[in-house]
Amino acid sequence: MMRAVRIFAVLVLIFLVSPILVIFPLSFSSGEVLTLPTPGWSLRWFQDFFLNERWLLATKHSVIVGLATMVVATVLGTLAAFGLYLSDFRGKKVVMAVLSLPMVVPVIVTASSMYVAFSVVGLTNSLTGLVIAHTIIAAPYVVITVLAAVQTFDMTLMRAALSLGANPVRAFIEVVMPMIMPGIVAGAVFAFATSFDELVIAIFLTGPEQFTLPRQMFAGLREMLSPTIAAAAVVMIGFSVVLLLITEYARTRGERLKQRAAGE
Amino acid sequence: MTRNSKAGLALIAPLLVLILAGFVLPIASTALKAFDNPEVSAALPRTTVALGQWDGAAPLPDAVPDAFVADLQDAMGNRAFGQMTRRLNFEESGMRSLFFKARRAAPGLERPYAQALAEVDPEWGRIETWQMLKTHSNPYTASYVLRSLDLRMEPDGTIVKVEPEQAIFVDLFIRTFAISIWVTVIAVLLGYPTAYVLSTLKGRMESLALLCVLVPFWISILVRSTAWFIILQREGPINAALQFAGLIGEPQAIIFTRPAVYIAMVHVLLPFFILPLLSVMKRIRADYVRAAASLGARPWQQFLLVYLPMTMPGVAAGALMVFMLSVGFYVTPALVGGLRDQMVSYYIAYFTNTTINLGMAAALSLLLLVMTGVLVAVAGKLMPGMGGKQGARS
Repeated sequence: MMRAVRIFAVLVLIFLVSPILVIFPLSFSSGEVLTLPTPGWSLRWFQDFFLNERWLLATKHSVIVGLATMVVATVLGTLAAFGLYLSDFRGKKVVMAVLSLPMVVPVIVTASSMYVAFSVVGLTNSLTGLVIAHTIIAAPYVVITVLAAVQTFDMTLMRAALSLGANPVRAFIEVVMPMIMPGIVAGAVFAFATSFDELVIAIFLTGPEQFTLPRQMFAGLREMLSPTIAAAAVVMIGFSVVLLLITEYARTRGERLKQRAAGE
Repeated sequence: MTRNSKAGLALIAPLLVLILAGFVLPIASTALKAFDNPEVSAALPRTTVALGQWDGAAPLPDAVPDAFVADLQDAMGNRAFGQMTRRLNFEESGMRSLFFKARRAAPGLERPYAQALAEVDPEWGRIETWQMLKTHSNPYTASYVLRSLDLRMEPDGTIVKVEPEQAIFVDLFIRTFAISIWVTVIAVLLGYPTAYVLSTLKGRMESLALLCVLVPFWISILVRSTAWFIILQREGPINAALQFAGLIGEPQAIIFTRPAVYIAMVHVLLPFFILPLLSVMKRIRADYVRAAASLGARPWQQFLLVYLPMTMPGVAAGALMVFMLSVGFYVTPALVGGLRDQMVSYYIAYFTNTTINLGMAAALSLLLLVMTGVLVAVAGKLMPGMGGKQGARS
């Protein structure tokens, strides 16, 4: 019985990774048609991707919007998380609920509402508008990860720094920041990933001049299915895996840091 | 308020302001737009005033057609007029041509206008036409929300079902729920045994198995849907493999069918079920099951009476998460589904971007929001402290 369950689990795990395993050989195919087995191997579709102006521009937009979102969301999210940790006022629950709303509302509702509202103030068809929108959906995750990190922080360290004459800003940067850094990094990476992978809002807020990588892929799928799309997908998978590795690194490093702090 | 709280509030303020202005305000305005009805009063200001003084019962006072003809003469090449005809045509087809006919004839009409208009088109002689115009000269309307439920209001205020060929929205909501329920059920059936096996693994095997769940979890939904889009093609790898194995003669269409939607959606959402369940299973001590065994429980009793109840919070958390996310899904069904497999989100996008019927988009958004709100409330009741930590990135 247990063996049957194990085999079933292995099949489910294969199902989970299969699309990724299939898309790799397809992107390296030398054929024009997306089918397996491939007639031969080549890098022509990656060449197509990296020499095509549309794809390059889309990648550039994605990186710019992703980085800008990461910076803004991380700064605002970290400040808010620390503020939530420090304060205890009536209505704090309401504030927390408002801050977490963008995680709960279906993206399509967010996207369509933002489209209508942003068009009034001229923020549609603009990368600035997209950064604002992505910051709004990414910052709540930063708040969560940083809040989790701050809660393990020992406030006596902060008080010690203050009693030794550091001003609050310096105490925060030199004492608190290094300790909660893993949480901030995890939040920042998540913010970048959220923006980099985001499609639905991009559909509503961007025109062809501002297409991001997911938006360009979506357009490509609808126009003509070429193996270049598989290559683009592999490029995006590459980004995701790098980001996953960074968070894993930050997590293990954070645990080590905590152990060291506990040991001393 | 303590000093710390003031400082804290100052730190929270920037993000709070951004979310209030860039998120809460747009959503609130969507909710209002579902009831907003400015078109008639904008295009026909004088008629609106005259209609407001009329009680709606026959006969029609002369003031109304008089004001109407005056408005028509001003409405030449007017954008508001076009928007109004589109708005009324949505309520009742044929309205657009009726109004344009009247506008073309307006400069040559002579008093009494009520009779002259009726000669342009007999529809203008019917009291119902004017009653309808009166209904929609009101700046607020329930008709978008009613239409989202396949209902409409008659000029006399009774609510009736729309004609069968226009009644698509109840089906749409039922379909959205049906797809979401099926996706959730399949995710539970596939995910439960998998999470269980994962919870028993140790060391390197555990890391490897966990990686199989985490890597797809991290890869964007678009990339995974794209992969399924490619795999399920008529000329795609699955058909090629089946043909190669001699199982099918002709390539079968898998893409743009309901099964394709299930496959791709379950794939996207399965990690959202496995991960919370796994964290619950990891915390269950093996002692309980062993105790049951030593007391003579058979294996199926050990599972059904001891293990399963202890994992139920994880199952509920994961299943609710999957259901909540799938109700709002857009990208995956739009890519791998056919027109008959689209969910509410598709029509919100359609009304916002294609037909630009913002009232309809707003009404559907409002209903989707209410449904999600109910689900969140249920989730909060079932498991207090369950934040949406493994977030929604659809």
